[in-house]
Formats: sequence, structure tokens, C-alpha cells
Amino acid sequence: MAELNTDDGGGGGKHGGKVKAKKSSTKIDMTPMVDLAFLLLTFFMLTTTFSKPQAMEINMPVKEKVEDPPKIPGNQTLTLLLSDKNRIYYYMGADDPNLPPTVEYTTFANNGIRKLLIDKNKEINKTYDKVEALKKEFLDGKIDEKKYKVEKNKVVGDKKALIVLIKADEQSNYKNLVDILDEMSICNIGRYAIVDITTSETEMIKNVVVQ
Amino acid sequence: MPKIKMPRSSPSLDMTPMVDLAFLLVTFFMLTTQFRADEPVIVDTPSSIALTKIPEADLITVIIDDKGKVFFNFDGKERRASVLQKMGTKYGVNFTPDQIYKFSILTSFGMPIQEMPKFLSLTQTEQKNYYQELEKAGRKGIPSDSLKNELKDWVFNARISNPKYRVAIKGDGKAKYPVVKQVISTLQDNKVNKFNFVTDMEAEP
Repeated sequence: MAELNTDDGGGGGKHGGKVKAKKSSTKIDMTPMVDLAFLLLTFFMLTTTFSKPQAMEINMPVKEKVEDPPKIPGNQTLTLLLSDKNRIYYYMGADDPNLPPTVEYTTFANNGIRKLLIDKNKEINKTYDKVEALKKEFLDGKIDEKKYKVEKNKVVGDKKALIVLIKADEQSNYKNLVDILDEMSICNIGRYAIVDITTSETEMIKNVVVQ
Repeated sequence: MPKIKMPRSSPSLDMTPMVDLAFLLVTFFMLTTQFRADEPVIVDTPSSIALTKIPEADLITVIIDDKGKVFFNFDGKERRASVLQKMGTKYGVNFTPDQIYKFSILTSFGMPIQEMPKFLSLTQTEQKNYYQELEKAGRKGIPSDSLKNELKDWVFNARISNPKYRVAIKGDGKAKYPVVKQVISTLQDNKVNKFNFVTDMEAEP
């Protein structure tokens, strides 16, 4: 494959007398080597994967039945029901059979669920505006990361902050779940849980008039 | 007036710096590259703004494909061999040493344990065809429903072999929620209450 092109003008040994050492050129043809080098370069460039996948951390509660489940105040609870066609049905408060809550629906668009979550949180949690101010201070380098996290957790974990219950039904897919969990961290929702959907809630979804 | 002669430049140029650079890059890519293992399924993960990296070692991956079939993967050659033997004893399936070796160098897999000996005695290309056969017979994926939950035993035995294992769920965006719920519930049965969802990166708004 790789041959060196040695230039020996031909006929060095024809003459009698002194035997002259052949003067071969010091230059060799590098083209095949370069070809090979670039071939390898292309191969490794194309096969390599730089971006390692990210991971979202999830903590689920222990499965064993708790004797006395913690009561959560109804007026600060938002229940999101994930269903087909990437729709999110939602209602505020508890699912009381005597006083059925009004169910509406929204989508995963920016002005849909994100706006809803932030608005509801601002409504309930008066200190919520602080989060944005804190973030700005952090980005400007006025406070360090540790302080930012501590201060943010104070606001986010406030007793009066919004509590979100995520309930996905059989029509929804994995992407919906990941998206909604992502939305939780974007909208700084400190307290949320993934809960099983109830039969009365699947009925609710059916009864919502879709425009 | 004498004619002006243009100096004749040689047509061959000095390629040395270019070659230097090329080899430098080759070395760089050779050292940094990590070959992607040949997976039996292609999974299109949803994206999120999460920035945590998944650990490289001591990781159990539960893969859910778009049709809701469950696949399983965990690292460590020796551990894989011992876990397979334990699974074999539990389900009354015998493996030859050759099959155990083949399993230890395999990546993710998804089939009932009964199909495993036959699968492991095939060559790589035959294995791909075997997955298609299994799919036709409706036996692709690790059984993980409440009637027959082999996934639970896989997670259990893998975690016994190495308690440091962390669990990551790598699901396709199109996978239906009930399957995901079943997998999460299986993990919870094994007292794995903390796990990761593998996602693609997305910029924060």
C-alpha cells in the first residue's frame, strides 16, 4: 500500500570505477498518510458523542400506606389532570362531591400552563415575586449560588405556596409527565406530587366541553 | 528590454503542518470518544431543563420504548453474570458458561427469561432478527405487569449484587403513562424511591 517513491535517476551502477552511494531524495510522498489521517479523523468525529444526556431527579414517597396522611389545605391546591391530545385539565381546591369544582383545560404552550402556574402562585403566595428578584441578583453576581438557593427555597417552600397535584390518566404519555415536571422547576413550584387519578376525575375530563 | 521572468514556484507544497494538525485531532478524538453501545431499541427521550448528569458507573437503566415495551440494562461484567445465574435459579432456566459470558458483554435486553437461553446462543445479527420474531409473537420486552413481574426480580437481584446502583428511567416520549406508572410502582416495590428520568437538554426560558 504505502510505497516510498525514491528517486534514483536510473543507471547509477553502470559506470565502472567508484561506487557512488545513491542519493535518494529526502522528501517522501505523504499523500497516502494524510489520506489515512483524515479518514480516521472523519470517522472519530462522526462516531463520537459529546453531549451526555441530562437527568431529572424524582423522589417518590414510600409506598407503604401511611396511617394518617397529611391534610393539605384545599384552597391552595391545584390539581392538574393530564390527558390525551396534550391537554391539561385543571381545577382549584378539593374534589368535593357536594360542591363539584369547575374544570377547565389548557395546553403545554408557554402562555398556557406556565402562565397559569405563575399567576396562581402569585395570587396565593405573596412572597413569590421575590424569586424573580433573587434570580436577577444571582445572575448579576450580587449573591452567590448558596445564598440564592437558600433564599429561593424559603419562598418556594412557603407554607402558603401553591401545592400542585399531578394526575395523569391512561391517555397521556411519558412526554406529558416529563414536561409537567419540567414546568414545576421552571415555575418554581416547591411542593408537588404525582398522584393516581380517581374515577370521579376521569368523569370530570369527559364532562369538560372542548371548544 | 529584457523579458521579465516569473519565478517558477514548485507545485508541491509543504504538508507537514496540516498533517500535524490532522494527527493531533485524530489523537484527540480517539482518546475522548466513547463508543455508543448497540442498543436493541431506539428511544427518543423528551427534553427538560434539568442539568444533573447521570452517573457513568453503577447505573441500572430501565428503557421504555414507544410501544411501551420494557428493556433493562446494568453495568459490571461480573455482576451481570452473577445476576443472570440468580435469575436462572429463580425461574428454573439453565444457562451454559458460554451463554453467561455472552450475557455479561451484552448491553440492554428485553425479553422474558424463558427466551433468554435461545437468544444468548445466537450471533449478533441473528439476535436482531430474534427481536423481530419476539415482537411478532408479542413476547418482546420484559414482563412488568402485576401478573408476571420479572422486572421486579431483575431490579432486586441487580441491587443485591451492588447496593450502590442508581436507577434511571429512559423512556420514549410516546410511551403511554400506564406503563411508566407500572415501572415506577415496580421500583417503589423494591424500595427505590429516588430515581432519575433521562432527558435531552433544553434551554431554560
